[in-house]
Amino acid sequence: MKALEHQPEVTFLRDEEGNILLASSGEWRVATLKGVIPVLDRHLRNLSRRSLRWDLFGISSIDSAGMVLIEYHLNLLAKKGNTVEVTGASQEQQQLYEMVASYISAVPDVPQERESRFLRPFTHLGESVMVFLRDINAFLSFVGENFVVLVLLLLQPWKFRYRAIIKNIQDAGVRALPIITLTSFLIGVVIAYQGAVQLQKFGANIFVVDMIGISVTRELAPLITAIVVAGRTGSSYTAQIGVMKITQEIDAMRIMGFEPHRFLVLPRVIAVMIALPLMIFFADIIGIAGGMLVANLHLNISMTEFIHRLQGVLDVKHVWIGVAKGPFFAWLIAMTGCFRGFQVSRDTESIGRYTTISVVNAIFLVIACDALFSVILTELGI
Amino acid sequence: MNPVIKVSNVVTRFGSNLVHDGINLSVRQGEIYGLLGGSGSGKSTLLREMIMLQRPQSGQVVVLGHDLGNVGREEAAWLRRQWGVLFQAGALYSSLTVAENVGIKLKEYAHLPKNILQEIVRMKIRMVGLPDYAADLYPAELSGGMIKRASLARALAMDPGLLFLDEPTSGLDPIGAEAFDKLILELREMLNLTVVMVTHDLDSIWTIVDRLAVLGDKKVIAEGSLKEVMNQPHPIIQKFFHGERGRIRVQHGK
Repeated sequence: MKALEHQPEVTFLRDEEGNILLASSGEWRVATLKGVIPVLDRHLRNLSRRSLRWDLFGISSIDSAGMVLIEYHLNLLAKKGNTVEVTGASQEQQQLYEMVASYISAVPDVPQERESRFLRPFTHLGESVMVFLRDINAFLSFVGENFVVLVLLLLQPWKFRYRAIIKNIQDAGVRALPIITLTSFLIGVVIAYQGAVQLQKFGANIFVVDMIGISVTRELAPLITAIVVAGRTGSSYTAQIGVMKITQEIDAMRIMGFEPHRFLVLPRVIAVMIALPLMIFFADIIGIAGGMLVANLHLNISMTEFIHRLQGVLDVKHVWIGVAKGPFFAWLIAMTGCFRGFQVSRDTESIGRYTTISVVNAIFLVIACDALFSVILTELGI
Repeated sequence: MNPVIKVSNVVTRFGSNLVHDGINLSVRQGEIYGLLGGSGSGKSTLLREMIMLQRPQSGQVVVLGHDLGNVGREEAAWLRRQWGVLFQAGALYSSLTVAENVGIKLKEYAHLPKNILQEIVRMKIRMVGLPDYAADLYPAELSGGMIKRASLARALAMDPGLLFLDEPTSGLDPIGAEAFDKLILELREMLNLTVVMVTHDLDSIWTIVDRLAVLGDKKVIAEGSLKEVMNQPHPIIQKFFHGERGRIRVQHGK
């Protein structure tokens, strides 16, 4: 047990009859082995049907890795028809030799699956399609379960977890107001600026009010708010439920008869469905205010003028449509977040993976849902 | 012969909470040494101090002749190669397969070619009694007993002379725990290990531990072979080994 380690060495000697002697010495321990490996490889690679003697006498200490190395080469040599005689092993080395031999002699009984490189892309494609279909299937049954619990609860409304709903509104809604303020204000500013440059060319400055009013209330405020909520709340739902899954809290709840949908999912879904429309309305106001500021500074439209024009051009239906999208977006975000949380398996790594998936899914679904709204409402002429 | 580990006058304090107040014990070459004590008696903390995860406030821990309070970077690196640790929950890296977990230290420190590395890893996996197919599984796919075994294989990867086990049989069923005890005995014979284990599994203490120390009242209240310890009149020892033996044995699997 000294800090200084002697490098393992091996020397090759040949006698007149062509017999080979390998004399090995030094410490054959795992940390020092790397130097001797290429030497062994170089000398032993091309030997076949020879007679060798491997002398271990000079080895001062050896561990199981060192013995694996020796036996690995002995096996290789034997395979090529060489006869090898091992000499000079101490009793301890003999024991180690036998122990290692008993573990490495057997061929691995793992079936070697070798697929063609050309087929691999197709296998991957097939696998991901299957995963996708399974996910959809699982999501639908999750929604179904949720719906059943909801219906049962509607029959006994006092069983709703009102406190949890309020707490979740606080977390998902009220606490998000600062970031919503910032993003929607900036969106209003950006829209006004972009519009102003174009509209000034035609001397149609005042139309910037129409543009801001309608685009912010009908499309931008709902979308931006939903994306912020998906990133902020959806991800935290996945992580929260995922951790509870890993620590078996979910199992504990089931055992005690606390239906996870009633205690965890529905309060979250309902809270976001209440909070998001309100937040969209809030974002409407801030976004328009941002636009108004730019219009005032850049296009010389006074605040009174702006508001007067706004009253004339902004139909209330645009605001209603924007706000009405809220519950739909909210449902998608909260359900995806919770669903992915329940998919977390036993390892910690999957929390990160599913949180990412949940946010990506939620944002995609929100945008897809928004596109669907656009198509339907346009077709209906609203 | 010099002891492999010598702990003298160790004092450990967490804030105002005094955990150790002058701990003395020594572990001899080649023995299986048990650290016993009730929950909160500082067994695991003492183990952490022996493997340089934590420093005592005062006192000395000497492992393989090196004072852990006063080691340089190189020395510490050398020391860390001399021991393997089995953590209570396994602490396998969840993003790596069992084979990768076992091989990670070899890969990092030994720079062996792939085929030799594979042979060594396969040998270690077989040595701890895992089937070959376990090599490609991830920790999340293993049962509790398999996690312990895989983690033991990882601890043994570099052929350490010293093995630290933190409650190796906790979470195993009695049959699994007995098999694990047997495995540790066998490995000790095969690899000339010195084993330090934190345990409160009475069966382990009866069957495999050579000498043990009982921690209580912030001190070592008894050290020696099981017979010597059991004859101590200290109330904690009487309670541990006599009064509630039945109850603890029933809780064995926990």
